[in-house]
Amino acid sequence: MLSFNLPNYFLRHLQVMLYSLGQLSRTPVASVMTVLVIGIALALPAGLYVLLKNVEQVAGQWDDASQISLFLKPSTNDARGKQLAEQLLAWPDISAVDYHSAKQSLQEFRELSGLNEILDSLPTNPLPPVIIIKPVETEHEEAIQGLLERLQNMQEVDLAQLDMAWLKRLKTINQTGERGITILAILLSLSVLLVIGNTIRLAILNRQTEIRVIKLVGGTNAFVRRPFLYTGFWYGLFGGTIAWFTLLIALLAINGPISRLTALYDSQFSLQWMLGQMFLSLPLFGLVLGVLGAWLAVGRHLYDIEPT
Amino acid sequence: MIRFTDVYKRYTNQYEALSGLSFELEKGEMAFLTGHSGAGKSTLLKLIALIERSTHGQVWVNNQNLTRLPKWKVPYYRRKIGLVFQDHNLLHDRTVFDNVALPLIIAGENHREIGRRVRAALDKVNLLGKERNLPIALSGGEQQRVGIARAVVNRPPVLLADEPTGNLDPELSREIMHLFEQFNQVGVTVFIASHDHELISTMPYRQLTLHQGRLA
Repeated sequence: MLSFNLPNYFLRHLQVMLYSLGQLSRTPVASVMTVLVIGIALALPAGLYVLLKNVEQVAGQWDDASQISLFLKPSTNDARGKQLAEQLLAWPDISAVDYHSAKQSLQEFRELSGLNEILDSLPTNPLPPVIIIKPVETEHEEAIQGLLERLQNMQEVDLAQLDMAWLKRLKTINQTGERGITILAILLSLSVLLVIGNTIRLAILNRQTEIRVIKLVGGTNAFVRRPFLYTGFWYGLFGGTIAWFTLLIALLAINGPISRLTALYDSQFSLQWMLGQMFLSLPLFGLVLGVLGAWLAVGRHLYDIEPT
Repeated sequence: MIRFTDVYKRYTNQYEALSGLSFELEKGEMAFLTGHSGAGKSTLLKLIALIERSTHGQVWVNNQNLTRLPKWKVPYYRRKIGLVFQDHNLLHDRTVFDNVALPLIIAGENHREIGRRVRAALDKVNLLGKERNLPIALSGGEQQRVGIARAVVNRPPVLLADEPTGNLDPELSREIMHLFEQFNQVGVTVFIASHDHELISTMPYRQLTLHQGRLA
């Protein structure tokens, strides 16, 4: 009796899918509002995620930038400074050195700061010669500290400074941000689940009579469940798509100011939109949430509705 | 076809709707179930349709022990039982065609077969011209005929009706009963609960009379 015809099975699913879509279009205002709620709830963590990834990318540029600035005593002359740099290069735990004379340092500072006039008015060059050192070991805290101490104890050295502390702080801030966004994403996903669940629950209550009749003429729970699951599917899919467009508009709005900001810092940075990735993942995530929310609501209410 | 052995149905509030019921309906038989309202007619039909389950005793339908039928098999069992109700139980947001097609859609019939069988069923109840109408646009008698068409569209071996003429005038009632006779003549076992004595006493079928949950 139970004949199973595969093309027929898919055809029926397709029919239910389109039927659910038709049901949604019958109440356009309510459907659009639900979809918007889902869209905004998904767009918020997605947007923050994109921004966070951008910050990470900026930080990543300096990932191997852990370097030691060796400020020499101002009395050290160029010949001695260069000699010192060569000596240091021979150390096994130093991979590269770069000597900047006091003059060069002033020139760089002039270019970067734009404080030409003030610098011109100074009677002498206030900047010391500097040797920039790249240590071989960049991860191991103790090794770097040991190197730092030995450098600090050299006679010509005024100050040995590890330019990594701020990077660490940035990374920690980033990690905090990532954790925060994860929590936010979980909470908002949960609210999407509840919104869809509640909408489906109302749809079930509205169609109690229909469900009873279907069960009376031999409809299985799966048959009754199917249109509601597809309703959740559509809500999620449309919500995710709306989220993507929201993200697009938000990034368009923020791109201008970010470009101006990075231009001021003379940076090569340009905003990574991640729209391709988001175009797949947002609707997909939305429809998973939609089907799951519908499933929970249906499981909770469907079995209570039996013919009497 | 339908066999009750010592069947009791007790509701939670100690109210005993059916007590010690035993009877048998032969395959292809047509019979009436009579009695005052509250005598247990609806409860008895609900046991056959597995809308309710007996508290005690066994119900056999079509060589199947309903007492032992697991819950997930109930939908498949119901597809072999045609049900007709006093208030029709039609879906008012769907056309006559879609209402009658519902059992076939549920059973997963293909499109062409559905069209063919729905039209055949509507033809039998003389409603072929109204398949595009909504039920609300039909008279009470016509709505009942849509209900009957839906009950027989997947050709069940058993047809149950609970007060199918309850809201109809005598002439329409006779028409409806005549329809049931026609289905019986092609081999369907028909069991009709009715308290319309005047009508059913003119018909040559067995009557089972319930009185306070017992067969009189």
